[in-house]
Amino acid sequence: MADTIDARIWRGGADGRFETFSVPRRASQTVLDVVTYIQRKLDPTLSYRFACRVGMCGSCAMTVNGKPRWTCRTHVARLEDGPLTVEPLRNLPRIKDLAADMAPFFDKWAKAGGRFVPSTDAEADFAIVEPASAERRAADAGIECIGCAVCYSACDLVSWNPDYLGPAALNRAWTLVNDVRDAGNADRLDAVAGDAGCHACHSQQSCREHCPKSLNPTASIAGLKRATLRAAWKGGP
Amino acid sequence: MNRPHRAHPAWWAFAVHRASGLALTLFVPLHFWALGTAIDGEAALDGMLRWTDNALVKFAETGLVVLLAAHMAGGVRLLAVEFLPWSDRQKTAVAASAGVAIAAGLLFLFNVTAA
Repeated sequence: MADTIDARIWRGGADGRFETFSVPRRASQTVLDVVTYIQRKLDPTLSYRFACRVGMCGSCAMTVNGKPRWTCRTHVARLEDGPLTVEPLRNLPRIKDLAADMAPFFDKWAKAGGRFVPSTDAEADFAIVEPASAERRAADAGIECIGCAVCYSACDLVSWNPDYLGPAALNRAWTLVNDVRDAGNADRLDAVAGDAGCHACHSQQSCREHCPKSLNPTASIAGLKRATLRAAWKGGP
Repeated sequence: MNRPHRAHPAWWAFAVHRASGLALTLFVPLHFWALGTAIDGEAALDGMLRWTDNALVKFAETGLVVLLAAHMAGGVRLLAVEFLPWSDRQKTAVAASAGVAIAAGLLFLFNVTAA
């Protein structure tokens, strides 16, 4: 194996181009290590985003060899052979180089009713939520989302319908639908039942396939489809 | 070339479902036209049916049967995804729906060649 990596890195905004850098190969080297090496040793004008480097913060996701991935936990040695290609995430505006504008992604969390609506005031005692209850287990299944937008970037439905709320926002809505302390479900189900909501999902499952936390937004969206149908049957949204 | 993020069975199942649905939609007017020949009398319908006996048409009909079975089995799989509790055996479900489509096509073909 060559002792250097040919890294093709996206430079510029939407009308940018690839620039190739030669980076020394190291043991246990991640894609984020490669990008950081380029920025620190070869070209300090390279823009990219990261924070924790340990798969918790969700800020370093990029398109690596055509697939959305968290770069801090993606080892170069485990990737496909050939040059390493790194671009910003798909389905989001490109700001500069590897930095995508995350605003549309998080705006959709708000549109999907992703804000917790308390059902009691702050004076109330702690809510008791049985860990084994069906609602708690459904909420637990989706709650570990780190907001990296890998699923949003992998989703063809977002590419085809830019208004589509996307897997992460709908997954968030589903965790709140199952939160027994929350009082916002009528508005939330209304928000996710529209043309750009859960029923726009075609169950392609790319979100589930690529989620670095092994979450399953497809199952969450299916849950929302059933919940909105039930609500419609009862005369709700 | 397909995009790398699509390289998994559930995406291909979606693509087959969409393509088979579109192809069947295009076939429906042809199907109604064939049935409509009966309006001109028994002879017109029989003439058309005799034409469909030729090998090339039977081969094309096998393709139609595969498309129909693929669309139906894929539709059942999707209903299961959306209305039943989640199963992690999605790859198996995709393989099973593909198996149903191929089996239906082979059965039709064997029936045609045996006749």
